[in-house]
Amino acid sequence: MNNPGTTPSHQPRILVLGYGNPGRQDDGLGPAAVAEIENLGWPNLTAFDNYQLNIEDAMEVAAHDVVWFVDAAKTGPSPYAVHNVSPAASIEFTSHLVRPEAILAIASQYYGASPQAFVLAIRGYEFEFIEALTAGAIDNLHAALAMLTERLRAAHDPAVT
Amino acid sequence: MSDVQVSQGSRKIVIDPVTRVEGHGKVTIRLNEAGEVEQARFHIVEFRGFERFIQGRMYWEVPVIVQRLCGICPVSHHLCAAKAMDVIAGVDQVTPTAEKMRRLMHYGQVLQSNAVNFFHLASPDLLLGFEAPVAQRNIIGVIEAFPEVGKWAIFIRKFGQQVIAATGGRRIHPRLCIPGGVNQNLAVEHRDALRKDIDQITQWCRDALELHKSFVRSHEKLHETFASFPSSYMSLVGTEGQMDLYDGSLRAIDAGGKPIFEGVQPAQYRDYLIEEVRPWSYMKFPHIRSMGREDGWYRVGPLAQLNCCAFIDTPIAEAARKDFMALGDGGLVHATLAYHWARLICMIHCAETIKNLLHDDDLQGTDLVVTGERRPEGVAIIEAPRGTLLHHYVVDDNGQVTAANLIVSTTNNNEAMNRSVTKVAVDDLTGHEITEGLLNHIEVAIRAYDPCLSCATHALGDMPLIVTLEDADGAIIASRVKQ
Repeated sequence: MNNPGTTPSHQPRILVLGYGNPGRQDDGLGPAAVAEIENLGWPNLTAFDNYQLNIEDAMEVAAHDVVWFVDAAKTGPSPYAVHNVSPAASIEFTSHLVRPEAILAIASQYYGASPQAFVLAIRGYEFEFIEALTAGAIDNLHAALAMLTERLRAAHDPAVT
Repeated sequence: MSDVQVSQGSRKIVIDPVTRVEGHGKVTIRLNEAGEVEQARFHIVEFRGFERFIQGRMYWEVPVIVQRLCGICPVSHHLCAAKAMDVIAGVDQVTPTAEKMRRLMHYGQVLQSNAVNFFHLASPDLLLGFEAPVAQRNIIGVIEAFPEVGKWAIFIRKFGQQVIAATGGRRIHPRLCIPGGVNQNLAVEHRDALRKDIDQITQWCRDALELHKSFVRSHEKLHETFASFPSSYMSLVGTEGQMDLYDGSLRAIDAGGKPIFEGVQPAQYRDYLIEEVRPWSYMKFPHIRSMGREDGWYRVGPLAQLNCCAFIDTPIAEAARKDFMALGDGGLVHATLAYHWARLICMIHCAETIKNLLHDDDLQGTDLVVTGERRPEGVAIIEAPRGTLLHHYVVDDNGQVTAANLIVSTTNNNEAMNRSVTKVAVDDLTGHEITEGLLNHIEVAIRAYDPCLSCATHALGDMPLIVTLEDADGAIIASRVKQ
């Protein structure tokens, strides 16, 4: 097993992109997850958050081999759900809506990059104008982080699995 | 793609969303007794509440907090709040370095945000055609048909983000402004890096404008009439009447181009504007006080910025403005699709202004902050990418915000969006079916304004755009969900 702090260059480049509004309670799950993932400090791991996805995220996505989109979920299973996501272009009624599929489509079409991509949907419960996660969301976050860290570690160092 | 379920007995058609969506849009079309379109309304379901969220915050932290209002234009809120907090800090004029740093950040923001709107949202409709298959009518379809557009889209946006990062310390959640000034100047290495790219960015904006004009030339009637109507307009203008997106006074003009008011300072806004609350909408309905509720509505945004200004003080954009205004045959340009043309001119103006600022040594000045005697109230206005944005705060003796009022660009355009959707419904609705074509045209009309989902959540499971058709009694006849 390699030391995460001294990884060889052939290891996959991993991106964790969390998004949501921390001022809307559990909508901040994505950014909260990123804050924890950043602490891993692996040289082949990039993590950042934003309020929403934007088209230039395609550049960052294209520069990585494995991408995790981390978002809060208003519906679906607790504590979280993971699904593969593939490129799919779309057009919305406002520029304030950009889906992971669209980001991947731009990365593929313009940069010729097809990273392995997942959506991690962490279940949230309350979305009011409060700057704190609910207790239930925090529990879900911990469970999701345990899974994500394990998956990242496996991708980071296949010898672990 | 939509999935339709029909319940014949109740004449109710329900289409359930089945895919991941984040939207908050809802359109209701109401028919009269004769079965004709009586009105259409565009709802954005999450809007109110942020003003209460700000209450209790210290005034100096508000410029950072308000960035959460918008995932596309956080910088506009950051700057507008900072200008309001200048007033509360007792500062009427920040230093030249502070003002120019803010202007540089703002014009970078407007450039990149307008680029997202045009390339990502509008260009599929405009360059591929309204009736192009949905599967192709997206940015990927545009890139396939016009490979260079994809390059413009990404790199103009990226350049704007680099301007924001250079001025605000980082691309996401920048922190340039503090009450009374800024906390940094522009590093020479950032200035030089941006200087290298600005001419290319300007040229790409010009190329995009020419490409768009080729669409207009081949669709003149459509461009003139689609979702269009005469209206009043409002925007900031500079002291000489020039386009100024960062500062100035409010100017409003009627559909004939005559001034309704001019020279209105931000603190006077309530003397000229009223915000009406209607029970069916989360958005307020601002209108011009002297014209009343029915006639006082107006439009803001790039089209208003072009119609309201007397000139643009950068040469390439000014030439483009004159060309654009010729569409109005001596009057204003009222075409709703002209928002896109106007947006591209604004992008050129932004690029030219950025270049000018990058050659201004004041940006390397070290006099960053001015102090003053604190005041209890501050109002500021800025021209955000989607139009006039107003922040109004009241603070107590401890410096805590006790009241806040925000009028965002999309709120200013609320009635106009309803009228554009109504126009589309009147023109396109036949019978009681919400066709793919009608849904598509409604979206095209809304995209011209590019409504902001201010302070919205972006969680999985939010609803997409829904269009509902109601009879004269309000009973649902049909609805359709954009997937």
